[in-house]
Amino acid sequence: MSALRIYVPGDAAAAACGADEIAVAIAALAAKRKISVEIVRNGSRGMHWLEPMLEAATEGGRIAYGPVKLADVESVFEAMVAGGGEHKLRVGVPEEHPFLKRQTRLTFARCGIVDPRSLEDYEAHDGYKGLAKAVANHGGIVEEVIQSGLRGRGGAGFPTGIKWKTVAETKADRKYIVCNADEGDSGTFADRMIMEGDPFVLIEGMTIAGIAVGAAKGFIYIRSEYPHAIAMMTDAIGIARCAGMLGKTVAGSAFAFDLEVRVGAGSYVCGEETALLESLEGNRGQVRAKPPLPAHKGLFGKPTIVNNVLSLATVPVIMDKGAAFYKNFGVGRSRGTMPIQLAGNLNYGGLFETPFGITLGALVNDIGGGCFTGRPVKAVQVGGPLGAYFPPSLFDTPFDYEAFAARDGLIGHAGVVVFDDTVDMAKQARFAMEFCAIESCGKCTPCRIGSTRGVEIVDKIINGENPEKNIELLADLCNTMKFGSLCALGGFTPYPVVSALTHFPEDFKPARQREAAE
Amino acid sequence: MRNTDKRVAKYEPFGTERTAQIIAEHKDLEGPLLPILHALQETFGYIDQAAEPIVAEALNISRAEVHGVVTFYHDFRAEPAGRHVLKLCRAEACQAAGADALAARAEARLGVAFGRTTADGRVTLEPVYCLGLCSVSPSAALDGRIVARLDAGKLDALVAETNR
Repeated sequence: MSALRIYVPGDAAAAACGADEIAVAIAALAAKRKISVEIVRNGSRGMHWLEPMLEAATEGGRIAYGPVKLADVESVFEAMVAGGGEHKLRVGVPEEHPFLKRQTRLTFARCGIVDPRSLEDYEAHDGYKGLAKAVANHGGIVEEVIQSGLRGRGGAGFPTGIKWKTVAETKADRKYIVCNADEGDSGTFADRMIMEGDPFVLIEGMTIAGIAVGAAKGFIYIRSEYPHAIAMMTDAIGIARCAGMLGKTVAGSAFAFDLEVRVGAGSYVCGEETALLESLEGNRGQVRAKPPLPAHKGLFGKPTIVNNVLSLATVPVIMDKGAAFYKNFGVGRSRGTMPIQLAGNLNYGGLFETPFGITLGALVNDIGGGCFTGRPVKAVQVGGPLGAYFPPSLFDTPFDYEAFAARDGLIGHAGVVVFDDTVDMAKQARFAMEFCAIESCGKCTPCRIGSTRGVEIVDKIINGENPEKNIELLADLCNTMKFGSLCALGGFTPYPVVSALTHFPEDFKPARQREAAE
Repeated sequence: MRNTDKRVAKYEPFGTERTAQIIAEHKDLEGPLLPILHALQETFGYIDQAAEPIVAEALNISRAEVHGVVTFYHDFRAEPAGRHVLKLCRAEACQAAGADALAARAEARLGVAFGRTTADGRVTLEPVYCLGLCSVSPSAALDGRIVARLDAGKLDALVAETNR
């Protein structure tokens, strides 16, 4: 009899919920019971309220159990040995779970399913099919990416193919592919999940980018807060190199491409592409003025593609299944699917990949199941610390770059953070300014000085000092920051502040007045 | 991939020879400064100011440039941390799940403010802006070991661990 295969996610979210200890306990139990098991540390399926979610490979497919605590290990193990038997924590076939069934997983097709360190597993699940097509028709890669309608998943939403075309057409002795894995936005974890659960798809996407534009070297800049992702990407690059999928002759072709992982150092602004390039070069992470564009003069002054993890990880499926297949999903100018991250005060948080167009309300209520505190939702911040706060009255907004922009918001990196009615929006506005002050690179005045003045003004409003005048001043300051800052840090900090002021004015009334009103 | 890797970090005392050796190991990378600084901090636990001129000389840049980089990034320490480092996420997804109250509790339990080390050098309390565990928030990390779904009980247990 072959070994019983048990999946225990190695994803950081699962590990933080105790998955590592459970993997050790299962191995010990199997040894004690003399049952042969193979433990696979897979990525997460993205149903994080069920983590650690264990799966057993049975004759009837994979059967999941979760959330498993140490005390449950023995009984869950019994059920697994019995071929996926009954248990109070039995989830059943993961793909049949409504949370997964409602999704369209293109970028995340393999995440949670494969063994992330197995190249064989990757290839058995359609891995490297995109690269094969890219190598066969390398002159057509850029056009395929343009036709797919793929836009930057980091937040800016710039058409990925156009960026690639610019780099491809710029003549230089060296070019670079840089992957922005500095996923600093609170409420986002999709990059981390892909790197930990399906690292080869990022390697494949970057390799295709290199072939498309004539770059032989790539860097993955991963934030230091992601040690699991750093370890996994480093291992995966080594495995790919040993297998000849990176190096002087990629997959036996005439193309050379290799990768290096670089670790950030705790600076949020380094997620901005030019600050990231400065950081890679070994400088302070200060934003560069554009032009020149990184596509013309990027890393070490050479033409450089800077793309987010999700953008690059989506390229292989586009190359494999074709631009038309990908473009067929989505709405308006937002084509394809978006891995949306549901976070904060939600019953069912996790990763939900779906075509653009789903409404914010469906995400928060139908899929996320509302607040775990059992209280009503008061505000939802979409797009990280620089994203606007939306009240439930805007829940009909479809998830789409333009629809959010039309309502003075942004989808950013698609993080959705839900707050219940205990949140104080003046405090959140203050935090937005405070965060900007902590993380400002200091290069431009509106961001460096404006953020500190912003904190002071919000404090005055909260304390009831000339509230009307100060609210006017705050709006004016936000206007200056929005139009006068060099990058999105200072430029977008007004989004959470102004949206809080616009949609929740009652929270900006002085404390004494608010108490009197209650 | 064990979640317990850096539970008890052991650092070497700062030394200029060891510093030079670390620089030599990374010098040929493209853009070597950050990898060098990370390696120095992993070895010594902090970046001694005496290391800055050595790095500057090796990379043919000014001391001011090295100092500028060291001080720009939140990760780099100018002096050793406490024996344990407790990081609490203070960002929005954790705020939404009650992180502010836990942060106040941590300060009260340890008797220090964020960014400070207890007088006995036992633990340094630091904020972190997102560990990427936003769907299982609030979250924390003790000496690199991440903990999700933090509540008062789990926080107290982490604080107790620093007493061992």
